[in-house]
Amino acid sequence: MGSVGLNEAPFSESFTATRLDWVVNWARKNSLWPMPLGLSCCGIELMAMFGPKFDLARFGAEAARFTPRQCDLLVVAGTLTWKMAQAVRLVYDQMPEPKWVMSMGVCASTGGMYDTYSVVQGIDTILPVDVYVPGCPPRPDAVIDSIIKLQTRIQRETPIKDLVEGIPDYHDTGTGRELRQPNRVVMHKKKPQLPTSPIGEDSK
Amino acid sequence: MTSDMNTAVRVTASLDGIVDAAAIGTDHDGMVRVTATPADLHAVCAALKGAAGFEANTLVTARDHGAGEAQRFELFYQFLSYEHADRVRVRVMTEGDDPEVDTITDLWPGTSFSERECWDLMGVRFGGHPDLRRLMMPEGFDHHPLRKDFPHIGIEPDRLYRQWDEARRAEFEASEAAKGAH
Repeated sequence: MGSVGLNEAPFSESFTATRLDWVVNWARKNSLWPMPLGLSCCGIELMAMFGPKFDLARFGAEAARFTPRQCDLLVVAGTLTWKMAQAVRLVYDQMPEPKWVMSMGVCASTGGMYDTYSVVQGIDTILPVDVYVPGCPPRPDAVIDSIIKLQTRIQRETPIKDLVEGIPDYHDTGTGRELRQPNRVVMHKKKPQLPTSPIGEDSK
Repeated sequence: MTSDMNTAVRVTASLDGIVDAAAIGTDHDGMVRVTATPADLHAVCAALKGAAGFEANTLVTARDHGAGEAQRFELFYQFLSYEHADRVRVRVMTEGDDPEVDTITDLWPGTSFSERECWDLMGVRFGGHPDLRRLMMPEGFDHHPLRKDFPHIGIEPDRLYRQWDEARRAEFEASEAAKGAH
């Protein structure tokens, strides 16, 4: 039996050949579930994003779940105080991998005009941030733009390689997710144990 | 200004024998003002509530005149009478960097929050307060941020977060190690 091109008939109508990385990334980037963390006026702008006028559903990112267990995009929208920082960090740690963080507005990005003792001077001192949105508050267009930028970035990730070689320490890999502060939180240091028996049996 | 006149008369009558008549005057905004000392503050407030009929406390706050001043902190209380529709202000000068005055939560229980805020941000202690915890800053915070000598960017503002974070991480590492040993 000779070799058969997968993209030729009769197969072309039933399946297509591609890279697994690409498919996983495609699925991930088009179904971002945001964890909206409206800490101040940016939260109001974020609500407009989910509404019909700007309609984040066009980018697959409208399913806000309000529980970190079901989300993969943490949107820190607004002024983060040191008192609130513990809660935000807990929310981030409760989100399952893979997860991304958006810093929405200047307060979240740098502390903004709140150059004071009570405000975190940029959430990148406590969280690894993937995308920053400038503005006070940002226009919804800017947030949509940052979602698209994040999608572009997700498309470049290598989930299958990570699975085989171990989940990388994102804070040290030069992926741009480093923290500004030296003490970093690495909750996933261990290489995951790959199943030695057929999948399903091992997980019981 | 008849109502203010009435207020002054009522306040003066109620404070007869508690403070001097000279201590009762009018502030720049026209409000009747009683200057009290930390010692007679509670008696003044009790008289204002009882005899003068001020039912509500609307404000407890303090002003910092700066480090090094002998009379550093100045306290302000304002009271409101629903019946007479007027207000009165009580001013107290205190001594030293860590002043203490009597609480008035036994007269107006709702003052508790104002006094806690005043303690939290200015560092004025209210003796006899049933629950003098910080109101805004987290428990364990070392400073009183609205004092004049407190830098606006704070002193180690992330200290409490880092302590919490390190303890949490140590706990996580210990639990991971226990799992590994098991």
